[in-house]
This record gives sequence, C-alpha cells and structure tokens, in this order.
Amino acid sequence: MAEPMKIRTRMVDGSAHVFVLMMHPMETGQRKDPRSGQAFPAHFIQTVTASLNDRPVLSMQCGPAISKNPVIGFRVKDAKPGDRLTVAWEDNKGDKARAEATIA
Amino acid sequence: MNQLRRLILKGGGAGGVLACALAAGLLRPSRAHAAEWNKAAFESKSLADALKHIGAAGAAESADIHIKAPEVAENGAVIPIEVTCRLPGAESIVLLAEKNPFPLMAQAEFAGGTEGYLNTRFKMGQTSAVKVVVRAGGKHYIASREIKVTIGGCGG
Repeated sequence: MAEPMKIRTRMVDGSAHVFVLMMHPMETGQRKDPRSGQAFPAHFIQTVTASLNDRPVLSMQCGPAISKNPVIGFRVKDAKPGDRLTVAWEDNKGDKARAEATIA
Repeated sequence: MNQLRRLILKGGGAGGVLACALAAGLLRPSRAHAAEWNKAAFESKSLADALKHIGAAGAAESADIHIKAPEVAENGAVIPIEVTCRLPGAESIVLLAEKNPFPLMAQAEFAGGTEGYLNTRFKMGQTSAVKVVVRAGGKHYIASREIKVTIGGCGG
C-alpha cells in the first residue's frame, strides 16, 4: 500500500505554488541485487495528474529516471485560497494513490 | 522415497508454470494501462528517437527556457531541476538526459492555467546534456544544459 503524499501550497501573486512529495521507490530496472546478480524489477510512477476544483491542471508522464520519492513542483494561475487540489498517481504495477489539499 | 522426490519436483515444476502464467497475465493489464503512457517514447534508447516519439524532432533552440540545475551533481540519483519558461502559452515541458539508458525522463502537460514551470528531481547515469523541450502555441522549443555527474544514479 502506498504511503500518503505530502502536498504543500503557497499563494504568490495570485498563483498557487504547489509542491508534491510522493513516497515511491522509483526502481529503474537497471539496478542489480549484489547477491543474486539479478536486476531489481522496474517499479516507477508512470502518470501523475493534478486538478484544482475538478479542473485538470497538470498531467505528467514519468519514466524511471525521476528520483526516488519524487517531488513535483508546479504553479497554477487563477487559484484562490480555499480551492481544492487533488493529486493522483499510478505506477507501472497498477498501484495508485490519491491525495487532496486545500490551497493555503 | 525416490518417488516422493519425483512428485515434489513435478509439483514444483507445475507451480513454476503457474507462476509464469500468472506473471504474464498480470503484465497484460499494466500494458493496457500504459496505452496513455507514451511507451514508445519512454523506451527510446536515443535522444533523437525520443524526440521523434514525442513529436518534437524539429524543435527550435530558445533562450526563453530557463533551466536551473547544478553544474556538477555529486549524486546522480537525485539532481534537482527547475524549469521556468517565459514563452507565452507553454503547454508542456519535457525533460530528457542525452546519455541516460532511456533519455526521456518526464513529460508534463499543462492545462487550466498552469504556468510554464516545473520543479522536480531526477537521476542521471553519467555526465551529459540535459535537454528541455517546451511546447508553446503548437510549436516545440528546446534548450540544453550540461550537467557533470560524479557518481551515476542509474545502475550500481
């Protein structure tokens, strides 16, 4: 089961600066187990979507080159304090996570 | 005794077959999901192929894409990058590392008033150029930045 995401928001000149931290191993599939010599199977987030009050604002596709425990920062114009931000991700094994936050 | 051993071996073999079948079955739904994930582009092994698959083969160089990243990354597993794009109407930002096993790292599509800005952390196997492709007004623009990597963050 996926660990919860951390979402931080800050209003700067009428745009919401959003910072999302997702807990995920982001295994590339290239790294080898030193004992068996076998590569650890790839396990990484493939899609991240964000919406503000049900309006899609970001749709991101990721490869395994994104670091472990990915951080994504983006900025949404025309946001107001109190707006509801939803962030969801899905990985290559079909695991999903979803989190909500209120724009501060 | 010997017969029992035969039986166990047989059982083990059948279990193995079942595991394989399960693995194959399990793989399929994730492949189907990956239809929206640009598999061809993410699995491209060269920068040119990756650019072709995202439809940005003839991207024009632009000075309006600002890349903030360290010149020397001590740890290739975690390299912070911040892209700010001053082109009006930026619709997407794509990050690529030329010499990574799979150059395409991430593709962010913006909608509903999201600014041409992206901040994330990525991995690099070795010193290479990092390319940022921005689509704005239906056109592709590209900017490049060389990052030196002391310890690679891909294999190990």
